[in-house]
Amino acid sequence: MNIVYNGEMESRAFKEILGKEIPALAEKDPDVIYLDADLMSCIGTAKWAAAHPDRAINCGIAESNMIGVACGLASQGFKPICHTFGPFASRRCFDQLFLSAGYTGNDITVIGTDPGITAAFNGGTHMPFEDMALYRAIPTATVIDIADANQLISVLNQVSDIKGVKYIRVPRKLTAKVYADGETTPIGKGNTIREGKDAVVFATGIMIHEAMMAAAELAKEGIEISVVDMFTVKPIDKECVLKYAKATGAVVTAENHNKIGGLYSAVTEVLAGELPVPVEYVAVEDVYGEVGPQDYLRKAFDLTSDHIVRKVKKAIGRK
Amino acid sequence: MDAELKKSLQKLAAQIRIGTVESIKSRGFGHIGGALSVCDALAVLYGSQMTVDPANPKMPTRDKLVCSKGHAGPAVYAALALKGFYPYDEIKTLNQPGTKFPSHCDCNKTPGVDITTGSLGQGTSLAAGIALADKLKKQSCRTFLIVGDGEINEGQCWEAFMFAAAKKLSNLVVLIDWNKKQLDGYTKDILPNEDLDGKMKAFGFETVKINGNDVEALYEALENTKKGGDKPYAIVMDTVKGAGVKEVEETMSNHSMTVGADKFDEWLAELREKLAALE
Repeated sequence: MNIVYNGEMESRAFKEILGKEIPALAEKDPDVIYLDADLMSCIGTAKWAAAHPDRAINCGIAESNMIGVACGLASQGFKPICHTFGPFASRRCFDQLFLSAGYTGNDITVIGTDPGITAAFNGGTHMPFEDMALYRAIPTATVIDIADANQLISVLNQVSDIKGVKYIRVPRKLTAKVYADGETTPIGKGNTIREGKDAVVFATGIMIHEAMMAAAELAKEGIEISVVDMFTVKPIDKECVLKYAKATGAVVTAENHNKIGGLYSAVTEVLAGELPVPVEYVAVEDVYGEVGPQDYLRKAFDLTSDHIVRKVKKAIGRK
Repeated sequence: MDAELKKSLQKLAAQIRIGTVESIKSRGFGHIGGALSVCDALAVLYGSQMTVDPANPKMPTRDKLVCSKGHAGPAVYAALALKGFYPYDEIKTLNQPGTKFPSHCDCNKTPGVDITTGSLGQGTSLAAGIALADKLKKQSCRTFLIVGDGEINEGQCWEAFMFAAAKKLSNLVVLIDWNKKQLDGYTKDILPNEDLDGKMKAFGFETVKINGNDVEALYEALENTKKGGDKPYAIVMDTVKGAGVKEVEETMSNHSMTVGADKFDEWLAELREKLAALE
């Protein structure tokens, strides 16, 4: 795996990637069909959609119907990719995701943009800290929290052929670049971003950058940590979790999500049964979101490298 | 309408009713009222409108049925058994452990069931998606959506209706089972939804209101949906909940009923008598 992380931001926003990749997928595979709930303009697909009304369906502000229509299409052999903001892609249409998609066996992909604090100025009403928890509760679902642009491209190119309900949470703004261009990040496998013997941080999404900054701080004190991008939160890479838990004996999870039901839950579900080492979390406490700049929210919800440093030391202290 | 066809559809409706009651009898309880109200529609659909192949239930170019009021499953199972999708006696395993015939329609369990339904409202969007799929594939088949009048309390139905009209899904036929009752009582006392034909017309549907327990009226209305155009079709079926079994019709709370085997036998005798009169 070619990791190029150096703390610098991506040159391309995710919006640009989605606006290019969704049409590319549809053009490559005639069964791929894109559905949106009146947010095409937010991810740069509107122009292409207008020119391709048979490949892009604007369902209006009706997310439950969008998921149902996608499932109807899937039942007839199409491979739907649906998009809306994270809260509307999860809690707004959960029964449809669970029954019309999951239970019925209709394979659909859902992209939820602006996860957690990246919803920033849309505020608490638009700030999903529970989307991964909801999707994880759907049997056999695939749940992915995207870290960088290259990973997004890689995941989009793998996901249409995976069975079941697939959820990809994607920030629309710039994030730190992690992977080299063209790198494939296989779904279901954790990626080691950094190796260290004293503790491991399993992180996802925007928290990779925070974890890497924490690692640099800890290194100054002689503490070396591993950082693993556990972007597939379900199915969790059990082998990887056990390997690093065993090698380091101290585990920290870091996610832009409620501590309930997301990465922390997934990792502890593996470790509780097989290797109960000390586990600490960096995640949103069981609270609702609020409005503000992302940097303010990062601090308000303790999703910072400083907090990761504290939690790593705490986990090591519990060994 | 050809007299012979009419008689054959009336007989099929009677047979579907018998199958519905026989399967519910096997468990002693079930959603009998809303199953009996749609038996005539199922008879006309499977008996005169739908191209399906029991040997190839998933044939892509088949006409599709979405019974969004999934609790009418026993009536659908009886219709599919009579159509030859599986041996008739199998429907008497309704709701037994491991059965192919659960309370609510499940396409992963029952051959010939086109899509899973049960959480009310969801079938409407599924049907719109299926009709859209056929349209995109330029297939001439139709999708028939049976939706309950209580079910349309669910907002998702209206999202789907707006969508179907916006996307000009003229290959979609919505049959609203206007039996005027839902679980807790009359629809007019819970969420009144009168003037359904006016509502569907306003939503952009080519709409007609008919006696939904009359095979001739159903046949004429369904034949009329073959003409294409750029609007989806809605048929408001004025029906009686529990239609065909007098005692069920007259029972106020007939959404789901539990009665003894003797009572089921009485009802079956009544239905068999009606069938015999058609022979």
